[in-house]
Formats: sequence, C-alpha cells, structure tokens
Amino acid sequence: MATPDEPRSMPAPEINPGDEAYFAAANEGRLLIKRCTACGETHFYPRAVCPFCLGGETVWEESAGRGSVYTFSVTRRAGPTPYAIAFVTLDEGVSMMTNIVDCDLDDIHVGQRVRVVFRDTDGEYRVPCFAPE
Amino acid sequence: MSIRGKACIAGIYEHPVRKAPDLSVAQIHAEAARGALEDAGLSPSDVDGYFCAGDAPGLGALSMVEYMGLDVRHMDSTDTGGSSYIIHVAHAAQAIAAGKCNVALVTLGGRPRSEGVSGAKVRNWGPNMPDVPYETPYGPLTLNQYAMVAMRHMHEFGTTSEQLAWIKVAASHHAQHNPHAVLRDVLSVEDVVASPMVADPLHRMDCCVVSDGGGAVIVTRPEIAASLGQPKVAVRGAGEAHKGLNGGRVDMTTSGAARSGAAAFEEAGVKPADIKYASIYDSFTITVLVQLEDLGFCRKGEGGRFVADGGLISGVGRLPFNTDGGGLCNNHPANRGGMTKVIEAVRQLRGEAHPAVQVPGCDLALAQGTGGSLATRHGSATLILERG
Ligand SMILES: [Zn+2]
Repeated sequence: MATPDEPRSMPAPEINPGDEAYFAAANEGRLLIKRCTACGETHFYPRAVCPFCLGGETVWEESAGRGSVYTFSVTRRAGPTPYAIAFVTLDEGVSMMTNIVDCDLDDIHVGQRVRVVFRDTDGEYRVPCFAPE
Repeated sequence: MSIRGKACIAGIYEHPVRKAPDLSVAQIHAEAARGALEDAGLSPSDVDGYFCAGDAPGLGALSMVEYMGLDVRHMDSTDTGGSSYIIHVAHAAQAIAAGKCNVALVTLGGRPRSEGVSGAKVRNWGPNMPDVPYETPYGPLTLNQYAMVAMRHMHEFGTTSEQLAWIKVAASHHAQHNPHAVLRDVLSVEDVVASPMVADPLHRMDCCVVSDGGGAVIVTRPEIAASLGQPKVAVRGAGEAHKGLNGGRVDMTTSGAARSGAAAFEEAGVKPADIKYASIYDSFTITVLVQLEDLGFCRKGEGGRFVADGGLISGVGRLPFNTDGGGLCNNHPANRGGMTKVIEAVRQLRGEAHPAVQVPGCDLALAQGTGGSLATRHGSATLILERG
C-alpha cells in the first residue's frame, strides 16, 4: 500500500538575526552549513557562536546536498496529509532535521541515499528537503 | 557535598482529577500542595522552600507563592520539561543540606486535556528560539520525534513493535488496579500493535494518555521527617543531565539517562541490580526502553528482550515498573510525568501501593524522568530513594 508524498503547507521559518544568509541561499537552491574558524568543526543548526568551542567566528560553507537518512517517521494522523520527518546525515558529517519528499513514503528506509531539493513554505523563504537519489 | 541521607520525602499527593475544565491551573497546584501537606502532617506555615516548573502559571514560583499565601526563603523554577520535578526533589535536598530551607514544597498542575494540547501538535515556544527556523517547517511533533528514536533503535538493534508493546501491556496490568487511571483495560501485545499507526513505528497505544491533573511532594530534613507520621523515605542519590543534537553529531539511541543515572548510582553507592522498583518516564513506550538501557538495567540494544514477556509486570518480571499504570495508562498531568514518577516510588517504599502491585520488601526505588524531546534536546533526572 503506497503513501504518496502530497503537497503540504509548511510553516514559514521564523528567522532570527544571523539566519538570513541560510534562507537566502535556500531560495537560490543552495544548502549552507557553518564551520568554526577557531576549531575547524562544522555544525548544524547554524549558529553565530560555535557549539564546540564557543568561538565567535563561524563561516558559511556550501554543502554538496547529499547524504543518507539517519532516521525518519511518517506521521500519518496529525494533519491533512501524511508527511515524513527525518534526520539526514550530510556527507559533510552533520545531521539535520528535514522532510523526505518526492517518493512513496512507505519506501523510505534508514541509510537511504538522498539529495537536497527545496520546497516553498507559507512565507518568503524556501527550505531544504531531501528526495531519494 | 553529597545529598545522601540529607533529606526525606515526607508528603505526597496525586490529584485525582483527570479532566478539569472547571479548575484553574493555579487551583490545581494549590490543591495538590494542600494534599501533600496533609499527607505529611504539616501546615502551609511550615513551608519555607518552593519549587515549580514551566507548568506553573505566570511568573512561576513568584505567582504561585503569592497565590497560595506562602512565606518562603528559597525558590527554584528549574524547568527541564517533564523531568523537572525529579530534579526539584534533588535540588530541594541540596537546599536543605545547605541550610537554605527546612520544608520544601514541589507542585505540578495543568489542563492539557481541557485545553486540547497534546503531543500531536507543533508547539509554539515563542520568539528567539535558535533552533526553530531550522526545525518547525518540517512539522516536528512530540509524537514523531520520539518515533524517530524508535525507528533508529529498531535499525541499530533490531528492536520490534511487539517488544515495545510489552511496555504498554505491563502498564495496563498495573492500571487495572488504579481506580483513577484513564485507561483500566488490560491490553495484549496484539491490542497494541493492532492500534492505528500514528507516526511510524509508534502506534496509538505506544503513546501516553493526555490528562489534566497535578501532584505535589514535600521534602524535608530527616529529623523533621522522623517527627511526622509517615514511614521514612530518604533521598539516597540523584543525577541530572542534558542531551541534545551535539551540533549535528547526532546519536539518538542514547539518552541523558546514561549520565544522570551514573551520577545517581554513584552518589547512592548502589547498582541497578539493587533496585526493587523503578518509576520510568513513559511518555511513549520507546522512552522507557531507552532509559532502562541507559540506566544499566540491561545493556544498550537489549532493552527489547528485557521488557518482553512481562519483564516489567509487578510479581512477574525482573523489574516492576510504574505500578500506578504510569503515563501510558494512569495519568500524565500537564503533559509532564516526573511528579507521578516520584509519588509512586514513595508509595512503593511506604508499602502503600495497591496490594496487587506492591513489591514485597521494597526498600530501594528509583525514579527516572526525561523532559523535552528525546530526539532533539531533553533533560534527564534520576533519583534513588530508600526506606528507613
Ligand atoms: Zn569552534
């Protein structure tokens, strides 16, 4: 029994100062992550201050937008349409919350290879989601 | 400085209400406070320390102390979600040991059932949340975040839906004896796995109940507790921990209980095998499984086998848990289950649990809570209590 991925209204991200570049890049179809210039570590979600060393200089880097499903859950009874929330581990090493889209939701599995796609929200910004490669 | 032997729980009260459209939240807190003071044999004027969390209305401790007409010299509004009240008992013991108060009151109260708040809705935490723009568009619910932990646990360790179902089954065996429980029907594994799938791999029956209600406990000096009427229940050890997404280095199958539990066992000087009864936070079945592993009742990945075949049923299994029916069947007031975890552990140590579920010779008990979301960021609290 298939569960098609149907269009879903996504709440607009309510961004804070410092988040603008990430979402502006998303509108251009690019996924950004942050790297700390002091300790060299990448992190997610992006912060102005490094969560590993509290360093105050973090810079944006573009992700290749590929990764694998760390975990997921198809939410079947909490809205008008089923949707798949997930954590995807990017090939750059960080994991991020996302949705898995453009597929039969019943076929998603842990470890599945995925690539980034961008989806409209109810606001001015698009957000990164992932689809099977 | 250790809190071992420095404080006792002298009073407990679980509000019997499960749906309270006509009670205010402040009133539920105050009624619970009155019940716990009566249970202890103390009066409101004896209270000189007050503890509450985010379920308290308004300015938390400030609002509630004024509403109840208390006169305190120590306040603590630490909020780690549903685990707060377990941490509050430990913080109260610390405050008592430091001479900051003698009689500490901890209260909880809320009306999520009347207000239509549940784990199946995206919560609005207000502005300035650093994680919200990167998470809220994706529809994170309490429900599907815990489901992602279950999915990963199944992937790494082969845990099954039937094994998770055994946790609900055990809770239901206990709840049949609790006249206040929301769910009193004894369930089978088949009942649980046949209930609707709400967020893969969790079924509706893998979830706790949504209920209004509240509770309170009184923590006091051992010499004061000894002068009162109840059997003595002493704080032997405690631990607290935070677990998050670690900047994107995600490890979802281990909870903060690994650290809070180790700290509590070290302070208490006991081992998991010494524990006769355990209250384990049960927002969902998976919550119980992960905490049991992290506390060391079994090895990581072996929780499924540990809970299967009645492993948690009092009188049947190796570790009696949540003999009031827990959050899974009895009560999950304010969507925060830590308070009832402490209360049932005290009942067991006093020998006041229902005779059908009372653990014989229960002299050492544990109360474990998590709060927030197991998948993203949560607080963990472990409390070890002893009789006498
Ligand atoms: Zn750094």
